[in-house]
Amino acid sequence: MGKVRIDLRVNGSAKTVDTYPMARLLDVLREQIGLTGTKEGCGEGECGACSVLVNGELVNSCLVPVLQVAGCEILTVEGLAENGQLHPMQQAFAETGGAQCGICTPGMILAACVLLKRFPCPTDRQIRDGLAGNLCRCTGYQKIFDAVREAGRAMAGT
Amino acid sequence: MRAYVPDYDLVAPDNLSETLRLISREPGVWRPIAGGTDLMVLFEAGKLPYQKLVSLARIADLRGFTASESHVTLGALTTYTDMQRSEVMQREFPLLVKAASWTGAVATQNRGTLGGNIANASPAADSSPALLVYDAEIQLLSERGPRWMNYWEFHTGYKTTAMHLDEIIACISLPRTTTGCAQYLRKVGTRGAQAISKVALAGLAKMNAGKVEHIRLAIGSVAPVPFLCVETEGVLTGRRLDREAIGEAKEQIAAEIAPIDDIRSTADYRRRVTVNLLEEFLESLLPNP
Repeated sequence: MGKVRIDLRVNGSAKTVDTYPMARLLDVLREQIGLTGTKEGCGEGECGACSVLVNGELVNSCLVPVLQVAGCEILTVEGLAENGQLHPMQQAFAETGGAQCGICTPGMILAACVLLKRFPCPTDRQIRDGLAGNLCRCTGYQKIFDAVREAGRAMAGT
Repeated sequence: MRAYVPDYDLVAPDNLSETLRLISREPGVWRPIAGGTDLMVLFEAGKLPYQKLVSLARIADLRGFTASESHVTLGALTTYTDMQRSEVMQREFPLLVKAASWTGAVATQNRGTLGGNIANASPAADSSPALLVYDAEIQLLSERGPRWMNYWEFHTGYKTTAMHLDEIIACISLPRTTTGCAQYLRKVGTRGAQAISKVALAGLAKMNAGKVEHIRLAIGSVAPVPFLCVETEGVLTGRRLDREAIGEAKEQIAAEIAPIDDIRSTADYRRRVTVNLLEEFLESLLPNP
């Protein structure tokens, strides 16, 4: 089967890739666009390491054929920092020890950003539900919960 | 072994007629794909038995809710997230909202669709027990035209359905008859999120002066297909609900299911849990539980 030309916006920049329509968004981001922040964990939608935002909604990029996101706005972890300043969520993960080995971190941070957008001051239950699809084997999650709460406070300016 | 990506083709028409024409031209060759949360797992594992896929995701006609006086109709592309955000669903069909909230986790809920969950035809599908107790109807569409069928007739065997090869699911329609009904849904799985159920039981009942006026009971993961427990319903319908009736219903449901041992659980455990879930639901219907 032949390749197709696909236009995307990735972290605010227009990108055009020539690729197979069934190529996974994950592979296109990492191998063709060169954004290796997005990780592959399980490759079957269980672990959330490959989470990115498509038009503002969290998805597992390992389960998305790239043709289905032609013309869409993609946000990866590389798109969070602005003007050399870490996003408050990245800052909070760094400061609280929410990131350890780092494999789950890019997806975890994006899922946490989506969570805070919906619940700026989340309860433990809301954090648990919002991050249920993102698995971490290092932290035991408590430091991640601390990071989310800390980022929430920083973003609310309190 | 991983799939070799160049072997696969995917097209994404933005209209129904082109999609149906493609599917009917070579029945069984072009496989519809919606959110991809099931098919892409098979693809990555090199186990997807289709090489040509047609994406339904850009077809606007398959999206959205419509509410008439008698029915709420959900386009096949309605996602689990859409269901959770819908006020009419929360008010009248809370079991589907609940099922949607425990399907995978957020990322799966954003992509996975109701039509896809039905067409994928897993006996453990999260939405099936709720759809069954709500007496859902499905509209199937092909170049030959639309046809409606009862959802309870849709699953014909393990992962087989009454859909023809040239058909897609267009929408799912729910009769608005839940007012005054007690509703129950409980899934037993290994963890709260990202878990495939060991057993899931849905119940819907209308009580009248201590008698069961109407009852629907549906289960997933305990037979080759998700199904309505019509024999157990028969034990209870029209009857005064008391301990004796509950005891008989428990015996009946244990006989009516056909659970198996598999990687997720054992037949024995599934049978015991099914009976316990039924008991929990029926006891909640007693005047002073």
